[in-house]
Amino acid sequence: MPPKTGVYAILISLALIIACIWASNNLSLLPADASSNAPIYDELFNVLFVIGTILFVGMTGLVIYSLIQFRRKPGEEGDGLAIKDNLPLEILWTAVPAVVILFVGLYSYDIYERMGGMQTLNHDVHNQHSMSSEERLWGGIGTLKEDNAEIKEFPINVELTAMQFAFLFNYPKGEIISGELHVPVGQPVSMKMESKDVIHAFWVPEFRLKQDVIPGQPTILNFTPTKTGRYPIICAELCGPYHGGMRSTVVVEEPEEYDAWFQKNSKSTEVEL
Amino acid sequence: MSISLPPSTKNNIEKLQPTGWLRYFSFSLDHKVIGIQYLVCGFIFYLIGGLLAGAIRIELTSPISDFMPREVYNQVLTLHGTIMIFLWIVPVVNGAFGNYLIPFYVGARDMAFPRLNAVAFWLIPPAGLLLISSYFINGAAQSGWTAYPPLSITTPAAGQIIWIISVLLLGGSSIFGGINFIATILKLRRPGLKLMQLPMYCWAMLGTSILVVLSTPVLAGTLILLSFDIVAHTGFFNPSLGGNVIVYQHLFWFYSHPAVYIMVLPAFGLVSEILPVHSRKPLFGYTTMVYSIMAIVALGLVVWAHHMFTSGTPPWMRLFFTIATAFIAVPTGIKFFNWVATLWGGRISLNSAILFSCGFIVNFVLGGITGVALAQVPFDVHVHDTYFVVAHFHYIVYGGSVFVIFSSIYHWYPKFTGKMLNEKIGKLHFAITFIGFNLCFAPQHWLGLNGMPRRVAEYDPQFAFVNQLSSIGALLMALSTLPFLWNVLYSIFKGEESGDNPWKALTPEWLTTSPPPVENWIGEAPLVTEPYGYGEKQARKASSKPNSDQ
Repeated sequence: MPPKTGVYAILISLALIIACIWASNNLSLLPADASSNAPIYDELFNVLFVIGTILFVGMTGLVIYSLIQFRRKPGEEGDGLAIKDNLPLEILWTAVPAVVILFVGLYSYDIYERMGGMQTLNHDVHNQHSMSSEERLWGGIGTLKEDNAEIKEFPINVELTAMQFAFLFNYPKGEIISGELHVPVGQPVSMKMESKDVIHAFWVPEFRLKQDVIPGQPTILNFTPTKTGRYPIICAELCGPYHGGMRSTVVVEEPEEYDAWFQKNSKSTEVEL
Repeated sequence: MSISLPPSTKNNIEKLQPTGWLRYFSFSLDHKVIGIQYLVCGFIFYLIGGLLAGAIRIELTSPISDFMPREVYNQVLTLHGTIMIFLWIVPVVNGAFGNYLIPFYVGARDMAFPRLNAVAFWLIPPAGLLLISSYFINGAAQSGWTAYPPLSITTPAAGQIIWIISVLLLGGSSIFGGINFIATILKLRRPGLKLMQLPMYCWAMLGTSILVVLSTPVLAGTLILLSFDIVAHTGFFNPSLGGNVIVYQHLFWFYSHPAVYIMVLPAFGLVSEILPVHSRKPLFGYTTMVYSIMAIVALGLVVWAHHMFTSGTPPWMRLFFTIATAFIAVPTGIKFFNWVATLWGGRISLNSAILFSCGFIVNFVLGGITGVALAQVPFDVHVHDTYFVVAHFHYIVYGGSVFVIFSSIYHWYPKFTGKMLNEKIGKLHFAITFIGFNLCFAPQHWLGLNGMPRRVAEYDPQFAFVNQLSSIGALLMALSTLPFLWNVLYSIFKGEESGDNPWKALTPEWLTTSPPPVENWIGEAPLVTEPYGYGEKQARKASSKPNSDQ
């Protein structure tokens, strides 16, 4: 490769890197972030987006460049160069992707740990006796690591029952059964989920979280909402004809509003929050 | 090891087999006839699957469910997935091109087991008709091509059972084919032909057939248990009878992830044949290509649970499958860099075959990148089961495999028929397909990231515009089949004569007449030890003068 081409290649790559870092920070490719792991998710998304765009544009560029530069011009006869192999090149394009993959893997592991994915799953921590130790708890994502020490004692416990084609939220403490999920902003929520019929999935795009709701096997999902608002809850596992209509809303509200809602709907006489 | 049928049987074969167009409707034992049978039959199912895709895209042009009843919508998406996978891509990239090319490549006169070969093909049309007929009997299966219980146990049983029987038949066909390819490649090679001299498609088919033989029986067993749950009310996967729905998912994906490689590895092999011929250069990095195919085969068997990151899997399992999945990108990447290196410095004829192959490279790279992202658990928990995944796998199976099928048809049509396809129409076909495909599926990444789940007939109205864009893309894809069909049908009768070897290719299938005689060669099979020996003389001359490309 002549030096001039090399300089162009470096300049184009640099411009590309800057452009996609700008794009990943300024284009809204994702919905609002409304839970404590949404910003962490977006960090991972941006890194993957930058790496992915560079790779994609780079490879596409190489293909288009080759097609134009090495096309057979009219009247040209004969073959291309008989280059069969190049060991240093093969090593290079084995090693570089391996390093990139390793980096992405380690980075996403870090992200996963910050989201609490490697935590042992807990639900209903101050009601341990109510759960038999035999009961299997599956999947989901644990509580946020940094939040763990301080607020672990007061997660809001909700039990989600999914059925064709609705979500029901049960607040065991206030004996509330609601079709909408109400949660106060800034407080961790621990949700134990089980399905009555087929597999459903609980998905809130603004929380960047999804967990299947399975018949016969409770699953756990822990999250901390960070922004007030109403966000859609979407069933993400094909569950029958009305799958597309199986939606609900999560209402993230200020603690006072949440308390008011809780008091108003609570059926039990003694309510302690 | 005998390498070919003894010449004395030749006359018998000709007496037993019908000749002319009739042989394509017969129980022919000729691998070339069977290859064409697979191809044409697969293409008919592709058109049916495409009509179903059109119905889905029409339904999704509006946010409400208004085009067809919701039950029918679920039947349509189930049939679309099943037909496209089991009746179009798998039979065509394996059965059609495998049957046509593998005996040539190993220097044999036919496949190792010609009767098994014909049986494998003739399982497909009845299985396909059975599957489609279920729609008219009592409604087709409604639980998606994944047929997850308990949904598949609770939806109407007739459709689901017919679906299971049909997939079992198609799986059987696939296993027969796989055994046949392994035996042919390993045991029917012409004396003097070493494994490392075989064209790359042989390696791809060897790897694919290993996957088929190892994983398809697991799917068969799983579906039989599922049918017991439906018919005999056993409780293997039925939670109300103590069954476990997650076990089904493990067993299902143990086949169905390798199934992705069963659809793309042969495509990788076909591209490796097409690129060197039209860029007049040897295939770059043959040895690393072979090892990367085998690495993909080995890794492909241990990545299945990445389909289940939100199903309820323990953290250690999520981590293991993340790492294994992401590392498939390394051998896959090697192949892509080698293809670009094959193009680099070539004398590329910009024809339809190479355009579709390069379209495949571009589309598949994007699908691969989103695949690495999806392998990351924290990324996947947001976009799993959304349109992001729909976009990802269509970039793999349509942008990847189907583009390669078209590229291969343009490349081997002269071999099949002795006629050339019209290049202008071919390029038009490529342009409409490429634009339509990207317009249809690229916006779906955004839909998934922003909250549209897959397999829905109704959705949040904020997604209407992007869905309409996607539907316009689908319309273009539908239109793109028209010039292709016209080109293929017209050229059979009125196409320009191609001669035996219009591309001046060196792989063995071109070293005979086009179309080839019944037992492939009039005399002895040629010994081709350098199937990619292009450009050597040129390089010796070129080395004496300064070269601007280096």
